[in-house]
Amino acid sequence: MEFLKKYPKIFQWLFLLIVFFALCFAIDVPETYKFIRGQAEFVKDPNQSSYIFLGKEVRYYAFDVFWRLPPLLGWLPIWINDSLFFLMNEWMPMEFWNEDTQEFKTRPIVLQISRNLTAFMTFLIELIREILLGGLETIVAFTSWDWIDANPWAELPGLPWTIVAAGFAILAYKLSGIGLALFAGLTMVYISIFGQWKPSMQTLSFILVAAPLSFIFGLSLGIAAYKSKRVEKALYPILLVMQTMPQYAVLVPALVLFGVGDHAAVIITMVVAVPPMILLTLLGLRAIPPEVIEAGRMSGCNNWQLMSKVLIPTARRDILIGVNQVIMVCFSMAVISAFIGAKGLGFNLLLALNQLNIGLALEAGLCISLIAILLDKMSLAWANKQVDYFGNLNFFQRNKNLLFFSITVIIGILLSYIGSVYFKGGYNYLFEVPHNKGISTADFWNKGVDWIFDTFFVYIKAFNTWLIQEVLQPMRALYLRMPAVATLVLVVGAGYLIGGIRSALVVCGLTLFIALSPWWDRALVTAYMATFGVIVSCIIGFTVGTLCFQNKHSAKFMLGVCDIFQTFPSFVYLIPVMMLFGITDTSVLIAVIVYATIPATRYTIEGLRSVPAGLHDAATMSGVNKFQRLTKIEFPLAFPHMMLGINQTIVFALFMVIIGAFIGTEDLGQYILKALSDKNGAGIGLTLGICVAFIGLIFDNLIRTWVEKRKKHLGIA
Amino acid sequence: MSEAVIKCEAVYKIFGENAKKMLQDSNGNVDAKTFQENGCIVGVNNASFEVAKGEMLVVMGLSGSGKSTLLRCISRLTDATGGKIFIEGQDLLNLNNKELIELRRNKMGMVFQSFALLPHKTVVENIAFPLQIKGIKTEESINKAMEMVKLVGLDGRENYFPRELSGGQQQRVGIARSLAVEPDIWFLDEPFSALDPLIRKEMQDEFLRLQEKLQKTIMFITHDFDEALKLADRIAIMKDGIIEQLDTPANIVLNPATEYVRKFTEEVPREKVLLIEDVMDESISNNLGDVKVSKDEIIENVAEKILTQEKSVAVIDENNKTVGSINPTKIINTVFGGRKNGK
Repeated sequence: MEFLKKYPKIFQWLFLLIVFFALCFAIDVPETYKFIRGQAEFVKDPNQSSYIFLGKEVRYYAFDVFWRLPPLLGWLPIWINDSLFFLMNEWMPMEFWNEDTQEFKTRPIVLQISRNLTAFMTFLIELIREILLGGLETIVAFTSWDWIDANPWAELPGLPWTIVAAGFAILAYKLSGIGLALFAGLTMVYISIFGQWKPSMQTLSFILVAAPLSFIFGLSLGIAAYKSKRVEKALYPILLVMQTMPQYAVLVPALVLFGVGDHAAVIITMVVAVPPMILLTLLGLRAIPPEVIEAGRMSGCNNWQLMSKVLIPTARRDILIGVNQVIMVCFSMAVISAFIGAKGLGFNLLLALNQLNIGLALEAGLCISLIAILLDKMSLAWANKQVDYFGNLNFFQRNKNLLFFSITVIIGILLSYIGSVYFKGGYNYLFEVPHNKGISTADFWNKGVDWIFDTFFVYIKAFNTWLIQEVLQPMRALYLRMPAVATLVLVVGAGYLIGGIRSALVVCGLTLFIALSPWWDRALVTAYMATFGVIVSCIIGFTVGTLCFQNKHSAKFMLGVCDIFQTFPSFVYLIPVMMLFGITDTSVLIAVIVYATIPATRYTIEGLRSVPAGLHDAATMSGVNKFQRLTKIEFPLAFPHMMLGINQTIVFALFMVIIGAFIGTEDLGQYILKALSDKNGAGIGLTLGICVAFIGLIFDNLIRTWVEKRKKHLGIA
Repeated sequence: MSEAVIKCEAVYKIFGENAKKMLQDSNGNVDAKTFQENGCIVGVNNASFEVAKGEMLVVMGLSGSGKSTLLRCISRLTDATGGKIFIEGQDLLNLNNKELIELRRNKMGMVFQSFALLPHKTVVENIAFPLQIKGIKTEESINKAMEMVKLVGLDGRENYFPRELSGGQQQRVGIARSLAVEPDIWFLDEPFSALDPLIRKEMQDEFLRLQEKLQKTIMFITHDFDEALKLADRIAIMKDGIIEQLDTPANIVLNPATEYVRKFTEEVPREKVLLIEDVMDESISNNLGDVKVSKDEIIENVAEKILTQEKSVAVIDENNKTVGSINPTKIINTVFGGRKNGK
């Protein structure tokens, strides 16, 4: 390709495209090729080939290698499975004391570690859960079942909902003020009145364990990476993959390692939530001006003081974004981990969606979103809290919040006692409104959905059919029509043109992994859905972002809207689209578009904002009009940042496409979902997850390299 | 001169992989060029000097001259590659971490060019920070910090955040913070360079006022020659890591040691720097007028008085004893003469 270097970039790209299309036309679709539902080793067909690697037989449809590469990595999922099985059941057996049977038992060490970890997580979750809802497992953990049978009074009664609600409001008041307190109180009352108390508290107890643990782990690993280059180098590739790995994919291996239940959910949530926390901690610590560190040293800080009092507080802004991310991921996972038996709102939401009870799903989704926003705001307020040194407060003023809380505890207990008398025989509404015994608007929503369907059925159906037949099907066919070799040439060529030989090699490696896996066709389907989503999202995002940027207030407003939308757990997006479009690809794509438009809009506004004010003035003095300024000054300068937005948009879109498998798609996500119920699913799930992550990383690598070059070129690096 | 508070003996700071070994091989004869060819950058090259108690040493140099590196060696924010540094007789480079922290907590204060305030703390919290690090109780440290707030004239703004203050005000906080533990040694790293000229002048005057009151031992870094002349007891001029000349402002202006130093002195208004003492005749003639001037006056302040006289003017010391004389021609020569031809 050296000889091309002397031509302008545009010709180099044209040349690449010509090669790509030439390959596409030169390589015919083999007659035996059809888009097969069952794939690779599952196919029982006389025409297939097979090979044996590492003692595993991999069977597959053989095509012309130019058309589809043989799945040379087909052994990987099987091998992962066997390794996991070996680790869990055979590797390093050791003697462990068993409390229940009072004897030593031989167990593999990994299994023992996993069981201990599980027990610890379960204890933490149960503890919080029983404080909120009552129960006896915590007491049992310290004593025994026999003891609790003999002393039934020791069972934790759980707090009446009035006390929890008041407690949240008082805490919010202490942290921020009357506004947040009101929001907290109303949220809690809403949850209770609508009969979502128990699942909400279950979800809350899950989050209250998962979020702090993720925060602590992320922060400490981030600090470790900051202090030692070696740790950073070891962590970085894992972090990269985890950033683009769909959350579904982590579920399956965790299922094998930790079993089913809330504890496994907490562990997976940590696996997903810790990487962004690490990255943001590292980012924040790196950005600290060296003089601030020196100032800390000269003030006589030892290493611990320097870290806790100077570095972490100074990097607070980025660390806070990390906390925000952790909370978002936790809520997102609270729903997704319902697939592996986590209790709470997520479980109800999935159940309702499964039964197509949109009304119920909406209520559960609203509860999750409200709690998510509340915790998000409270954590922010906590981090920004000021200490007042000069207020000369008396005892009452200093402890008024505690006093208020004690009073509400007494009132709450009294109320629930009165309730127990008043509602004799029935439900004590002043203690806890039982699930689905509160007010429910589900019927209203369901009727609404029915009405929409009845009224607009023709239009929705027409739109749906048009979209699927005229846009989606042809697009999918085009993607599947690409011979593997042509795709490879296109991607690697793009890598070479953007980032030189290094980028080309990285991209080539990532693409080859997918091409050699048994799921190339599925990956193409995923890619097509993501591409469609990204293109539409970017168009909407850029337009909305640019329009909102014209006015300071609307820009601020839009960023706020983005913040709130980002706090919604990703699953919640499926509710309204299913409401309107039922179970079709259209639904998934619309959810993808809504979800992925958030980063596109946000980065557009931020990018346009980052254009220096001096340039605005210079442009104005050159006599440009508003439109010229936008096209000649603002867009070119903001474009690198906007490209980072596209990067995020791609990641978001991929996430949603995979989650969309729940509605029913034909892509990689569907296989991950299937792997959940497969005995040998761990290896398949993980490999599929890596495939999705790699799709994201290919674009990530290309875009980042381009942005860096462009920024250097513009001198805004 | 009383005992030296800061004493440097042949201090080197060389950045690079095998700097230490190369320095040993060079036998104290460091040539920046050969080092650079081997991937090392010389920051400080054979710096030896002393700073006496209560003295203000200003280190002047352009960017990249190694002045900040020298300061960081003496505060041990970086470790010197070679040489010895003594702080009040203690061998700084042999202190362990704990002793170093003790030293910084009690003896040293430092002010930074970019202020380096903690963004999450208010003015008073920033100032109280070194005290709290030392383990002083919150209430006590806040009270002490409030005294400091008053000292630097920021009363009423103690609850502001750094971002709500102007550059000058931020640096006042930085100064107050560095003084909070009442250190004996005060390091200032280009403290006024980031400020506007008017604010800078104001801060310099304020700084001189403070120093008058506090009498600290000071190392002051600047790239502004005028600032150096205005503040310094002695000036060290650095270039490429080497101290070109270390002397009093007057001597530097009158006798620049190298061509490089001379370039700086060329544009200096001498009447603003030199004292009568520096230019007077030691011999006392009998033909003196009635007018007398003190030997410690800056020429500018008394020039008019002398120039209106026909005869030479008597120069007196603080005891009113005549120690020399000066005639108007001398003043004119000093101010206007001998600039272009080297002296």
